[in-house]
Amino acid sequence: MSRNLLSAGDLSRDQAIEILDIAEGMADVNDRDIKKLPTLRGKTVVNLFFEDSTRTRISFELAAKRLSADVINFSAKGSSVSKGESLKDTAQTLEAMGADAVVIRHSASGAANVLAHSGWINGAIVNAGDGTHEHPTQALLDAFTMRKRLHGNPSHGKALEGVKVAIVGDILHSRVARSNLLLLNTLGAEVHFVAPPTLLPANAASMKAQLHYSLDEVLADEKPDVVMMLRVQAERMNASYFPSEREYARIWGFNADRLTKLKPGAIVMHPGPMNRGLEIDAISADSPQSTVLEQVANGVSVRMAVLFSVLSGERANNVN
Amino acid sequence: MSTSFVLKNVSIGDGPAVDIQITGDIVTAIGSGITGTEQIDCSGLIALPGLVDLHTHLREPGFEQSETVLTGTQAAALGGFTAVHAMANTSPVADTAGVVEQVAALGREAGYAEVFPIGAVTVGLEGKQLAELGAMANSKANVRVFSDDGKCVHDPVLMRRALEYVKAFGGVIAQHAQEPRLTEGAQMHEGAVSAELGLTGWPSVAEESIIARDVLLAEHVGSRVHICHLSTAGSVEIVRWAKARGISVTAEVTPHHLLLTDELVRSYDSVYKVNPPLRTEGDVLALREALIDGTIDIIATDHAPHPIEAKDCEWNAAAFGMIGLETAASIAQLVLVDSGKSNWKRVAEVLSINPARIGQDADQGVEISVGSVANLTLIDPTAKRTVVAQSASKSTNSPYVGLELPGRVKHTIFRGYFTVRDGNLAKVGRA
Repeated sequence: MSRNLLSAGDLSRDQAIEILDIAEGMADVNDRDIKKLPTLRGKTVVNLFFEDSTRTRISFELAAKRLSADVINFSAKGSSVSKGESLKDTAQTLEAMGADAVVIRHSASGAANVLAHSGWINGAIVNAGDGTHEHPTQALLDAFTMRKRLHGNPSHGKALEGVKVAIVGDILHSRVARSNLLLLNTLGAEVHFVAPPTLLPANAASMKAQLHYSLDEVLADEKPDVVMMLRVQAERMNASYFPSEREYARIWGFNADRLTKLKPGAIVMHPGPMNRGLEIDAISADSPQSTVLEQVANGVSVRMAVLFSVLSGERANNVN
Repeated sequence: MSTSFVLKNVSIGDGPAVDIQITGDIVTAIGSGITGTEQIDCSGLIALPGLVDLHTHLREPGFEQSETVLTGTQAAALGGFTAVHAMANTSPVADTAGVVEQVAALGREAGYAEVFPIGAVTVGLEGKQLAELGAMANSKANVRVFSDDGKCVHDPVLMRRALEYVKAFGGVIAQHAQEPRLTEGAQMHEGAVSAELGLTGWPSVAEESIIARDVLLAEHVGSRVHICHLSTAGSVEIVRWAKARGISVTAEVTPHHLLLTDELVRSYDSVYKVNPPLRTEGDVLALREALIDGTIDIIATDHAPHPIEAKDCEWNAAAFGMIGLETAASIAQLVLVDSGKSNWKRVAEVLSINPARIGQDADQGVEISVGSVANLTLIDPTAKRTVVAQSASKSTNSPYVGLELPGRVKHTIFRGYFTVRDGNLAKVGRA
């Protein structure tokens, strides 16, 4: 793959499968007593977080440390010129310090693209979530989780042909949904978006997903292999996207009753953190079908694979 | 009689080659074999009445790091303009007679083009109470166009009052049509591209609903309204309907909305961030058609200079706006003449005659004729040029950098003297 990972759409099918396969190897490392590889010794990885996200940051931090990279966490609040240090100044500062890779999380869509194409910085750029645009490592860890659950241990080399995935909730503002849509299509899965009409993009019909308003109909008619619940952000609740939390939970929340409608072997996913009782209830979240904690564990393996891929220059099929 | 010069072998619009004699600040003869103190070979050039921009941000006073009246009018002259209308969103806001007189005076001092200040509709552009429109109209700046551009006069009662009030002195309200609630946090056109990019959408309906309301208000109170920078196919339909109904409405389109689409935003390059946003191919085609058939009356640049730091950042943090004075005539040529769909006569109408009529600009936008004030633009239509970042404007936020555009302004003559000669800015030393 290229030196950057900005969008899940940048990955070809082969590249995506290669990362997932590398992640399998990394997962083995994570099961050992000494969870460390010397691969990135001498490399510096900067976690540049303009937006709070403890989970994503520690996942990347652990991934880099397990590959023996030096890790710096740079938390910069306030992204605009008027509010203090600009993205440009921050990037140039990191460049001057010799960062080999920058993992960036930013509230502005496209911030990772701007960083990668600005010429401010020469290090590899990994998008750890940009506004409501994308979160490609989340899509990779979700695909990794689906592959393991649905294909079992001989998942190496496999894609997700024919897998039906229902992504439920705030599609409009979700970088998780956007990255998953791109990667799942690349891997041959069939994507269904389920949301209140207010939380679908106005031109959602142009996206490569089937659109639904009713979760119950999707469960009954489509019999998905995967149901991925999205987090409802607190700020949506006061903006008339839906009348009340109670109504949202009743119509679009996943619960014990809907759990019984899943076909055997199907899984329930959530990128975390969960609003228990809103988009997912406790019984579903803690059920055997739930992959929430596996996703967290797999996140470390997948991010190890991504850092390894962007930082280990001379890869066999380096297409970019 | 003072010295005269003659522009030899120049076509007025689409007409045959003629000679134009200029004496002092007046066109004194048009014909063949005319002589004067100096003869200037203009073979192959097109003469248009000096271009008039109804929508320019000169940024002075207050934002001199982006542009000044001097640099802005120099850019205007290089673009073939002999008059610009300076938008009111300066600091202090042009909402009093004092500020508009100052801006007009700065324009006279610079001497590169007539500067007609536009007055704010509401105090501080805040949309709460009417600015002293009468005082600005009766000031030495003689303001006739009022606009809160950048902000929409969204309160329907206030808009109604403004439309009514300016009837007292024949003014016009130029509306920036943008329903504010529908565009909170908006970053780009709401459509397929915004859905993919995860940027907050600026829906077409936010423009169209205000235009629909305002043409009906103009009809109800018997006033006239001008719609700034139309950007959607739906807006075109509404204006077409309003004109057919006899409502006194005029409409403008920017060069960038005639050429560029929201696909460019995929780069997240904030040079393409503008308000109203770049729309779709379908909108561009509808706007071009409307410009040709007369539904849209004028091209206005919405020249919006910004310093580098306002654009050299992530998309959300970047300022809205792009510069356009030096490229407007080329885009008009591309869309109207080179397309084969219209002609130079229409270019003269949309870039000079109509904007001057809407702004009621004395001595501007007048057909080139004996006895008229010598405001002329001479264009070499066969020239091609690749747009570069460096320009007379203080700012470099042009979306056309690297693009090849047709035509070049060869000479600009303002009140009988060259502000641009052979494509170069002339030294203008007027007292």
